[in-house]
Amino acid sequence: MSEFKSGSLEATNIHLAFGSNKVLRGIDLHVPKGTTASVIGPSGSGKSTLLRVMNRLIEPDQGDILLDERSVLQDNPDELRRRIGMVFQQFNLFPHKTVVDNVSLALRKIRKMSKDQAQAKAMEQLELVGLSHKADSRPGNLSGGQQQRVAIARALAMEPEVMFFDEATSALDPELVKGVLALMTDLSKGGMTMVVVTHEMGFSRNVSDTVTFMDGGVVVETGSPDELFTEPKTDRLRGFLSDVL
Amino acid sequence: MEVLQQLLKTFFDWQAMGEVIPEMLTVGLPNTLIVAVSSGFLGCIFGLVLAVMGISRNPVPRWIARVYTDIFRGLPAILTILLIGLGFGPVIRILTGSTNPLPLGIAALTLMASAYIGEIFRSGIQSVDKGQLEASRALGFSYTSSMILVVIPQGIRRVLPALVNQLIGLIKDSSLIFLLGLLASQREIFQIGQDQAANTGNLSPLVAAGLLYLILTIPLTHLVNFMDKRMREGKAQKIEPDEAAALVGKGA
Repeated sequence: MSEFKSGSLEATNIHLAFGSNKVLRGIDLHVPKGTTASVIGPSGSGKSTLLRVMNRLIEPDQGDILLDERSVLQDNPDELRRRIGMVFQQFNLFPHKTVVDNVSLALRKIRKMSKDQAQAKAMEQLELVGLSHKADSRPGNLSGGQQQRVAIARALAMEPEVMFFDEATSALDPELVKGVLALMTDLSKGGMTMVVVTHEMGFSRNVSDTVTFMDGGVVVETGSPDELFTEPKTDRLRGFLSDVL
Repeated sequence: MEVLQQLLKTFFDWQAMGEVIPEMLTVGLPNTLIVAVSSGFLGCIFGLVLAVMGISRNPVPRWIARVYTDIFRGLPAILTILLIGLGFGPVIRILTGSTNPLPLGIAALTLMASAYIGEIFRSGIQSVDKGQLEASRALGFSYTSSMILVVIPQGIRRVLPALVNQLIGLIKDSSLIFLLGLLASQREIFQIGQDQAANTGNLSPLVAAGLLYLILTIPLTHLVNFMDKRMREGKAQKIEPDEAAALVGKGA
């Protein structure tokens, strides 16, 4: 039984070019409801761009995106993004607002909750990530790990159907990585549908249900963690794994 | 000794100053503040509009903002004040019956201040990290809401020192409206000093005016320095270790 109202996500034949630079060249990604898909690959392979295309921060040139088996390309992109939470490498908390206001802002302005309701909901989310005692601090006074957990709380507060993580631990000091990964693992186990772009091979291998290896704007290999990590079929994946492991 | 006496009498004739100071404080100071503060306030509003137009993805408003800014930043203040103040005076008189030149002086200063403040705001807004807009859009905010709630407030905060500098400039430039021909009750600090100096043949009233300007501007200058320093060095802040992560990472 899932504690989240998660949905499935599917991207088919996604193409994207910036000028003559073809960043994504026919990407397919299928993330069934309640599962965690990790996306790995060398930098510049288009992983982060793929996330941004799937919540339409960048519009694809071609292809389709289905949320709960329904195409969302015709919808208002703002509506779509309210259903997908996103966590960034650089946290991107709003530095001019307190921690609790960071979490409650969208609840008040988008979900139209009253100030008290939004505050209560935000505190609930902060409790969940273990930071309710920091509610009145400014993000700048928090460590990177704490900031990232607030960013996760901010995304979860909107009760998304899918969560995106864009190298959520890459900017953290090594000793802070575990706290964030533990939280992500909890979400995954709790039944959240997640797409995790990551360099954390341990997380990819142990927590995710499927692993997708991207290189040069295409999916080179996809399958279960065991398949990819123990029996990589392509030289490119073998080369990548030997570089990072 | 005689030279020194002469200089003291020319610039620091306490009696001449004493005579002019009451009027400077009761008439000149309020008028100077009205002109400077209202053109500063209106300049901020129009400046913000210009800044938003200047970063628009649509080339038409961007172009309009560019041309406006180039013109009103490029003209001497004295010329703009004369053209606007004298040029539109008759029109205003026909339309409203008012012959008060102060509103037109404020309008002229506002036109110039908007151009400068627009550029200040634009640089501030553009200095905000792109991730802020991205994070806000990712939460489901529209471009407009993201700008209003997240990006613009941060951009403005960063340029507050430059904005206060602009206000200092306005306090000084407000003296130029004397060109429009002010009635006795409409005179600002400079004009009162100037009139008194002309009547008495002594420059001390102008020195008194100068002192009054300094009393207004020096605290603001120091406020700028203080804000600037604090922004560069940040408020003293203490980053506590991440208890939870420390527990997982290093503990036992």
